[in-house]
Amino acid sequence: MTDNMDDRLPRREAVAHLLGDGKEFLIVAGLAGTKNDVLNVTGADAPNAFPLGGAMGAAVSIGLGLALAQPDKKVLVVTGDGELLMNVGTLATVGILNPPNLGIICVDNEHYGETGFQKSHTALGVDLAKMAEGSAIQAVRTVTEEGQLDDAARVLRETNGSVFVLLKVKPDYPPSVRGTWDASISKNNFRAALLGA
Amino acid sequence: MNTPKKLDEPAWAHELYDILRAADVTQFAYVPDAGHSVLIDRSLADEGVHSIALTTEEEGVGIVAGAHLGGARAVLLMQSSGVGNTINLLSLIRHGRFPFLTFISMRGEFGEGNPWQMAMGQSTQPVLEACDVICLKVERPDELAEVTNAALTMAFQSEQAVAVLLSQRLIGAKKF
Repeated sequence: MTDNMDDRLPRREAVAHLLGDGKEFLIVAGLAGTKNDVLNVTGADAPNAFPLGGAMGAAVSIGLGLALAQPDKKVLVVTGDGELLMNVGTLATVGILNPPNLGIICVDNEHYGETGFQKSHTALGVDLAKMAEGSAIQAVRTVTEEGQLDDAARVLRETNGSVFVLLKVKPDYPPSVRGTWDASISKNNFRAALLGA
Repeated sequence: MNTPKKLDEPAWAHELYDILRAADVTQFAYVPDAGHSVLIDRSLADEGVHSIALTTEEEGVGIVAGAHLGGARAVLLMQSSGVGNTINLLSLIRHGRFPFLTFISMRGEFGEGNPWQMAMGQSTQPVLEACDVICLKVERPDELAEVTNAALTMAFQSEQAVAVLLSQRLIGAKKF
């Protein structure tokens, strides 16, 4: 594995590679950077994405409740290392339930991008992929280079069990993609598209 | 090996589970608690529901919201001692106007004998109300069905956040 951050994957292109056009998934996006990475693919206010603007630490648990409610749809949580670390125990809850339609992508830039780019725990030796493995999630991948993206994209789509992909990216800061910041609007659009309700 | 004594199974707890299932609740998220043991055991034995053991109450708030996004009904079962763990994520419920229904087995109130429990027990209702969660209290078994049905309607029809507080007067205070 490279130690030179400049050689790491650019987050926006790497997330787009994993998601494709994103249309086959129901997506929960963590706040800030990963929200932008997802909306860059789906378009702002896409009805198959529920982007968070706060509620840090809730992305995986929202995705879990959604995956259990919609067993015939592929649910993808795309979130950052800081967001995941805030409630990392949820990986253990995913591990024991192992919903076959839940995938988690952790976009790990090893920094808190919104608060002054302080180093996160993952810059200092913490390995979230090992925490996912230790949480009994069976299919875990760490992606550090472009050649590993196709395998991770396939595992996210084809595994009959929960999947965790740790996507190591460089700490760049692509422009934000601004959709609605009103979660009740996002919720209503999401439910209308999914449930016709 | 000594196994812990099986707790009494009060009739009201079975009645509560039956009411929630009749109202199409299909996700039961919980941090293990003696006051909720009947609901937890019933959910584990019920193939029609997801029984979700949490590592912290905070996860349950996310699961309730995610279930609603997917068109399912979830409830969060917790002890009053864990209510503080949910506070930050109640912002998701309030801002997004998600239906939210939680059943809280109370400690630190009627007849409490453990002084460590008093602080959070006495803070539970004011803290929840400060976060826009409506609190409905059950003190006697004959109140349970009426309060539970009221809470279900307020949560899932009127899209409110509702906590049903199951008093130690109902559950019985733990003996020390």
